[in-house]
Amino acid sequence: MAQHNDLGGKLITVGEAVERFVPDGCQIAVGGFTITRNPMAAVYEIARRHIKDLHLVAHSNGQALDLLVGAGCVRRLDIAYGGNGRFAPTCIRFRKAVERGELLVEDYTNNMMSLRFLAGALGVPFIPSKSGLGTDVIAREGFPAELRGTEGVPVHKLVVIENPFADGDDQVVLLPALTPDVSIIHAQQVSTDGTVRIRGLSFADLEQCKAASAVIVTCEEIVPESYLRLAPDQNALPPFLVDAVVLAPYGAHPTACPYVYDYDPAHLNHYKAVAKGDESWAAYLDEWVYDVEGWDAYLDKVGGAQLARIRANTVAGYAPGLDRR
Amino acid sequence: MEYSPREMMAIAAGRFIKDGDVLFAGTGVAMLAATVAKRIHAPHAHIFFETGGIGPTLEELPMAVADPRVMAFANLNAGLVEAFSYVANRRLHTIAFLGAAQIDKYGNMNSTVIGDYHAPRVRFSGSGGACDAGSLASGFIVFMQHGVLKFVEKLDYLTTPGWLTGGDSRRHAGYRRGGPIAVVTNLCVLKFDDSTHEMYLAERYEGVTPERVRENTGFALDVSRSSVAEPPDAEELRILRDEVDPQRLILG
Repeated sequence: MAQHNDLGGKLITVGEAVERFVPDGCQIAVGGFTITRNPMAAVYEIARRHIKDLHLVAHSNGQALDLLVGAGCVRRLDIAYGGNGRFAPTCIRFRKAVERGELLVEDYTNNMMSLRFLAGALGVPFIPSKSGLGTDVIAREGFPAELRGTEGVPVHKLVVIENPFADGDDQVVLLPALTPDVSIIHAQQVSTDGTVRIRGLSFADLEQCKAASAVIVTCEEIVPESYLRLAPDQNALPPFLVDAVVLAPYGAHPTACPYVYDYDPAHLNHYKAVAKGDESWAAYLDEWVYDVEGWDAYLDKVGGAQLARIRANTVAGYAPGLDRR
Repeated sequence: MEYSPREMMAIAAGRFIKDGDVLFAGTGVAMLAATVAKRIHAPHAHIFFETGGIGPTLEELPMAVADPRVMAFANLNAGLVEAFSYVANRRLHTIAFLGAAQIDKYGNMNSTVIGDYHAPRVRFSGSGGACDAGSLASGFIVFMQHGVLKFVEKLDYLTTPGWLTGGDSRRHAGYRRGGPIAVVTNLCVLKFDDSTHEMYLAERYEGVTPERVRENTGFALDVSRSSVAEPPDAEELRILRDEVDPQRLILG
């Protein structure tokens, strides 16, 4: 194939994408889940540009969440889970920021957050759930009252009502829809017309993108339109929902991109160690974010041999036998 | 035969699983137990993850519920909304494996904060899918390290609903099914009374006295109904050590 086109002007650099779609103070959703398919090339760029006061809306986006919080980019957080699997049962910089009162947090659950994105995607103002009745997820509000009804924060965290279609003793939880200003995801393939293909689990990426006002897709490769049209049942998002496409090989590192590379246990263990201390954390940010020119330079620092070690078996989707201790 | 408390926990929990159950697995020991159950006790059980990984072969142990290993050679790969349609599905007998920072005598759990919610002394991950599984699944099994700071009279934050305030309070809150079945610790297996839904000591591991369990529990515990748990046999330990977690990622 010839070199791809510019996707009608949508193909831009990660710097241009962040510049255009991620202003200070915006509400942002990022794709992926804990240690998989986080859009890290974009996340590092957001941190590098010192974007401030973000309202991050997340279900369980572990690594992206922790880096954005740790770099001081986030002011408010709707969240279900701030953990990173066995690498960090609680994300370390997230934990410190909450304990120091540096972050406003509204706790929901994974069911609630994914439904809130779905509601935003469907254009309905709220959506019911049977999850959380009788718990503090429902009884306690994290955001202060004066924030309610301003800057995209709903008037109530949620509302419990009796099921209007039944007779008594059948309470349901109404959850406010989410419509983020921008959603950023990382995909394995985008075609030359802007169609997106995700392999493996899609998490809530599709609902997040359909609910958002703008969508940035970073990707491993750009492939011919005719190729993705051969198996349309495998495709995740149509071109008309995608505002910007960024070619970012290894753009989810150190999280996994199934069928292309595994998560990087060496980097995640290093991260876990340095995130524990404020000085070592500041040094990490200098070394891996601020003093790095861009994603190419970041990958050079990770090193070719390490990237080869985590390369996925293209059938299994991960790196069999990878030392994950 | 020598075995560690964590090995006993994984095997004790696996014994609750019936062939044909649909298992919702969280991270850590929970994932180990679900894998053990399928390999040893219930080969026709189905494992799925809240991330949308449905029925993977789990040839390698996942380190998070989003690990590519929960996607590999699965029945299908989906997303969160679809995964919760299996958790809540009225046709399925869905059993969840969960962990937490604190638990009370009714099996309610905290995985959010220690201390004041608005100025916490310790912040944990939050619910993730735990509250959802506690709300929507047919039942759940809990893994805990036994200690007075974890088995508490009053939770600092109620993240995951157990039997709420006991009796039939769970039904009155609006739940149609579910609730904690058992708590598996490094000392024992605890169950819940059929009518009051208060926790009691059901089985203690070899060498553990009822007194020791009581001393490590922060609320009054009925130990009068307990027996000694069957230790793991050689075949159970072999499968657990050689096949399920050969790198000792979770067994430690």
